[in-house]
Amino acid sequence: MPDPLSYIDVQGLAEFGIWFAYSNSEESKYRQVDGELERAVMKLLENPLGIHEQALALRNKRMELIAANIANADTPRFRARDLDFQKILAGANPSPMAVTDSRHFDTGEVEAVGGIVFRTPYNSSVDGNTVEINVEQAKYGEAATQYQATLQFLESRIAGIRKSLRGD
Amino acid sequence: MLKNIFEIAGTALNAQTIRMNTTASNLANAGSVSPNESEAYRSKRPVFRALVEQSDLNQGFNVLGGVKVKEIVDTTDPVRKVHDPGNPEANDEGFIYLSNVNEVTEMVEMVAASRSFQNNVEVVSTARQLMMRTLDIAKA
Repeated sequence: MPDPLSYIDVQGLAEFGIWFAYSNSEESKYRQVDGELERAVMKLLENPLGIHEQALALRNKRMELIAANIANADTPRFRARDLDFQKILAGANPSPMAVTDSRHFDTGEVEAVGGIVFRTPYNSSVDGNTVEINVEQAKYGEAATQYQATLQFLESRIAGIRKSLRGD
Repeated sequence: MLKNIFEIAGTALNAQTIRMNTTASNLANAGSVSPNESEAYRSKRPVFRALVEQSDLNQGFNVLGGVKVKEIVDTTDPVRKVHDPGNPEANDEGFIYLSNVNEVTEMVEMVAASRSFQNNVEVVSTARQLMMRTLDIAKA
């Protein structure tokens, strides 16, 4: 919307009169509302899906890891893995308890990279496999639910965008 | 994406099927006899290995994380030697060698393989549902 004072300088009073009449008209009010809506929609479209897009990929990665654990339930010496969301979020990578003295016992706790951690089994097995199928099934169910939750967030985002674009 | 879960569970279904096949083979050959010790039937066992190394990707597997049957080995339990001169398979001294198949172990193996198979079917089924829901996102 042009500055009314500059209008007077450049275009003269007659045009100011036209502008003044226009700015108070019904049409102009609609335009203003439209402008605000437009800005809101643009903001939404800049990052339409928010964090949920990456979250879905992460949820999927976790499901993949647990599926791999279940697939290797009978593989000797296989060590079950999982994702540690907190570690990924914090970006921290605290090292496991270190052996700093010859009299220390090694905890056997090893951390993999990229937020992937090895699961500590409740019971050890003779073949060195740390997959406990009940635990894995429970975790898989949990991961599937979390995936669905993220999906739900995405769905409502998309529904919102649709609604704003359709404008009814 | 979710497709990888199908692949991973697929390798496991394949491996467990091989396990069930060897069990079936073992049970079928439980009564096999042989005239000498070296030819006697020994029950077979698949050896599973996790697909974790990049080199595994060159062997027809598309994703890491699954399982493969590394090899199938014979069990080392001794075979039974029975004196049965009337048997057409008996050797000059009248002995036959039976298989070392233990039916009870094989049945346990079969049930374990079948359970593991079911677990992986469940994984596929859940992943499939989620995939369908993900496709439905366009309808939101």
